[in-house]
Amino acid sequence: MATNRKVLPGFSLALGYTVFYLGFLVLMPVAACFLKAGSLSFDEFWKAVWTDRARSAYLLTFGAAAIAAVVNLFLGLIISWVLVRYSFPGKKFIDSLVDLPLALPTAVAGLVYSSLYVESGWLGQYLVPIGIEAAYSRLAIVLVLIFIGLPFVVRTVQPILEDLDPESEEAAASLGATRWQSFRSVILPTLLPALITGFALAFARGIGEYGAVVFVSGNMPFRTEIAPILIVARLEEFNYSEATAIAVVLLVISFAMLVLINMLERWSVRHEH
Amino acid sequence: MSIDAISRKAPAEAAAVTTKIRKAQEDPPLVRWGLTFVTLAVIGILVIIPVVNVFTVALGHGVGAYLDNLFANKDTFHAIKLTLTVAPIAVAANLVFGISAAWAIARFSFPGRALLTALIDLPFAVSPVVAGLSFVLIFGLQGYFGPFLREDGYSVMPYLLSGIGALIGGLVYFLLLPGNPAARKGVWKYPWAAAIAIAAVTFAVLFFLQQYFEVWPRNQSLKVIFALPGLVLATAFVTFPFIARELIPTMEAVGSDEELAAVTLGANGWQMFRHITVPNIKWGLAYGLILCNARAMGEFGAVYVVSGHIAGKTDTMPLRIEKLFQEFNLEGSYAVASVLTLLAIITLVIKTRLERKVPASAALPGPMKPENK
Amino acid sequence: MITRIGIFIAIFGLLAGLGRPLKSSAQEELTILNVSYDPTRELWRDINAHFIPLYEKQTGTKLDIDQSHGGSSSQARAVIDGLDADVVTIASIIDTDAIREKGLIKDGWVEELPNRSLPYTSTLVFIVRKGNPKGIKDWPDLVKPGVEVITPNPKTSGNGYLTFFSAWGSVVVRGGSEQDAVDYVTQLYRHVPVLDSGARGATTTFVQKKIGDVNVAWENEANLQVQQSNGALEIVYPPISLLAEPHVTLVDANVDRKGTRAAAQAYLEFLYSDEGQEIIAKHFYRPSNREILEKYRDRFPNIKLFNITEIAENFQAAHKRFISDGGVFDTIYQTKKGS
Repeated sequence: MATNRKVLPGFSLALGYTVFYLGFLVLMPVAACFLKAGSLSFDEFWKAVWTDRARSAYLLTFGAAAIAAVVNLFLGLIISWVLVRYSFPGKKFIDSLVDLPLALPTAVAGLVYSSLYVESGWLGQYLVPIGIEAAYSRLAIVLVLIFIGLPFVVRTVQPILEDLDPESEEAAASLGATRWQSFRSVILPTLLPALITGFALAFARGIGEYGAVVFVSGNMPFRTEIAPILIVARLEEFNYSEATAIAVVLLVISFAMLVLINMLERWSVRHEH
Repeated sequence: MSIDAISRKAPAEAAAVTTKIRKAQEDPPLVRWGLTFVTLAVIGILVIIPVVNVFTVALGHGVGAYLDNLFANKDTFHAIKLTLTVAPIAVAANLVFGISAAWAIARFSFPGRALLTALIDLPFAVSPVVAGLSFVLIFGLQGYFGPFLREDGYSVMPYLLSGIGALIGGLVYFLLLPGNPAARKGVWKYPWAAAIAIAAVTFAVLFFLQQYFEVWPRNQSLKVIFALPGLVLATAFVTFPFIARELIPTMEAVGSDEELAAVTLGANGWQMFRHITVPNIKWGLAYGLILCNARAMGEFGAVYVVSGHIAGKTDTMPLRIEKLFQEFNLEGSYAVASVLTLLAIITLVIKTRLERKVPASAALPGPMKPENK
Repeated sequence: MITRIGIFIAIFGLLAGLGRPLKSSAQEELTILNVSYDPTRELWRDINAHFIPLYEKQTGTKLDIDQSHGGSSSQARAVIDGLDADVVTIASIIDTDAIREKGLIKDGWVEELPNRSLPYTSTLVFIVRKGNPKGIKDWPDLVKPGVEVITPNPKTSGNGYLTFFSAWGSVVVRGGSEQDAVDYVTQLYRHVPVLDSGARGATTTFVQKKIGDVNVAWENEANLQVQQSNGALEIVYPPISLLAEPHVTLVDANVDRKGTRAAAQAYLEFLYSDEGQEIIAKHFYRPSNREILEKYRDRFPNIKLFNITEIAENFQAAHKRFISDGGVFDTIYQTKKGS
């Protein structure tokens, strides 16, 4: 790569433009957020981001995202297992449907989910009578986050499972291991890095989601209010500094998550080879 | 060792080995049925029922009413047009960025390369509401540039356009610069000086022309927030990483050997780009484009903050869905939702087709490309 | 090579042309933007349809009136951030005055138009399901066991905090103590399953998703819903409710900059004309003109409408005490969490 710079054209132009566009479109707005939040003193900042209402919003945002990611961990493992190992009619179709949550606008997802699970909805008419309230509740938030995070675990585990060396399973079987034993001690360890990555991705996506959640949550302070809604509420009280303070907290946590995912990624790549 | 490797062995031996593996990899029927059922149930409940629901409600009053909801309603039709304006501009801007970022990052090493790669992911970490909010902080009336834009906003346009012109001028020069140093004669002799001169002249000429013909009005407010530019900025921010994220690994995987060869043989930048780079990355490019576009058309949170909700002016399709829903026009709202759903399905179909050509899954943040086989 | 340069120049011309604003500022055409709150969509659609031809006839200027609707506070925020509103017609003085504080509206704007800039007033009433199965007649009925109440979030919605003030006043104005009022609103919000962020969202939840037994809504919204429901919904007037005051005003900074003051002024004055007042009454807002109000008396049952001053100094003070962070609403909501 070092020689490339002498031969291939356009390095400084490409880099210059990249940095300029990144700076204008991404870094400038993010910096504006920090700057605005920085106009608060430390005490004011702390008071803005650590109210009871804010704490329950963080708890819900991270809690719901974590629960949804755990559920996705299991569902994703099962789905990718079925898609790789078994064959049944319509498998290709099901396989491509897994990606729909990536392409479907979240506002549409929110709109549909909120009307499916109310008492008069297609699924709500069966669920509400038996006490399952999957609209305007914490369950609703978890449900819609499961939908949104669904592709991540499947799409990280699937390729690893496809490439899995069959010899080790065969060896385990010939040594008299049961199916479950060989799954637990041979397959699972190999899949572990991919599972962790998929979990982290689903989790990170869940933290950031707004459009879908705002439709289904019911927005009740202390109960179903997620952190981004709190930011909007602060804005509507004309309190810009406090709104950006909460925004900065979210931003820092999410970016830390992202860096962590990247590190996990590198670790798992190294782990594989 | 993979199945391929095994089948390359003597046929009889291979057959024996494969049967054994089949047995070792096979699950009991009960497990198989159970897991398959779980998969079908999960996909059915989470994905298929909602999609069916969208179309059922949207078409609930017949096809005629459905088409009326989409095209006879002036504001809805405007929302469709607006989305079809905003998304392509945002995608095009991110496309130019994606190519230039991938070129810099995948082809060259420089200090801060890892940091730059990480920063490209930053928009994934920003909640869309926060993204919208930060543009309001910058361009809003109470923001950093707001008062200036309101007083004499158009005065930035000559600089902006001339700047873009200068950039394109410089780019064209470098693209046409012969790859072989021996062939550089005349204006090609001193690349840097010539490029800077071209850029400067382009800037000056464009600037002069705009001032002379008074293209831009003076002392008028230039609307960014609550107008088209704000919608484009918010959309571009949210979809920022998609194309770059896809192109960087694609370019890395292809390697630079062919490009080096082309340049050494005397191709200029444009020839190399057109005949070597583009064919090599075209599937990755297409893949990134459709994912970027799907997200751009569907973005809700960020544009919600910067739109201003002026009916028939600044409502995009996702915002229109919410508005129609609140005006108790359920069929209308689902009709718009069905268009976006249809778009998502088309995206999926193209994506599945492309996936046979590209090995990677680009929608996922982080360098999560499964290694090429 | 030359063709390529030609293409670049062509693209440039196109870019410049696209970016170029329409210079044709011939005075015959004007666009004004009315920034309003959620439930007024139908009212303004009707007002605009009547005012535009009238104004063209009177002045020869062809008007185009754009509408923006949303939660009252978020609409005020948008105007503060630069949304080019010529007139704001939002739900409460709390939000309108926030715009004045930023210097976009002149001090003393309340006295600029007749009747303290109030062409109409409104109040909050109940929508119930057909036959009123839970027998809801008055505020105390809302906290009967098994009753679910739909009302928007007081933190984000005008309808939401006005519901709170109304509920509070229904106790205090009728002679109850403050402690009684606290107990009542605590009970009330235990009966609320969903807090939508705006009035329209709450009504949608009640009407279309069929959640809850009673919706505390704007009077006009309630009538609109009942009319459209073909008998599935009924309106119930509680004996007492709050007098809500949605002021209207010009945004001085914007109309002066855009040169739309005359048109915007005429637009708001039209609301006070007999024709405007009739349209207002037709959409179930209580017109400020006594005669027209009496003419439509059958539409507006004579319930006791108490003034905000009976429970607080003014709207701003009430909002600060009850709704702002650490206010009464937060206290009762947190006790709810523990229960």
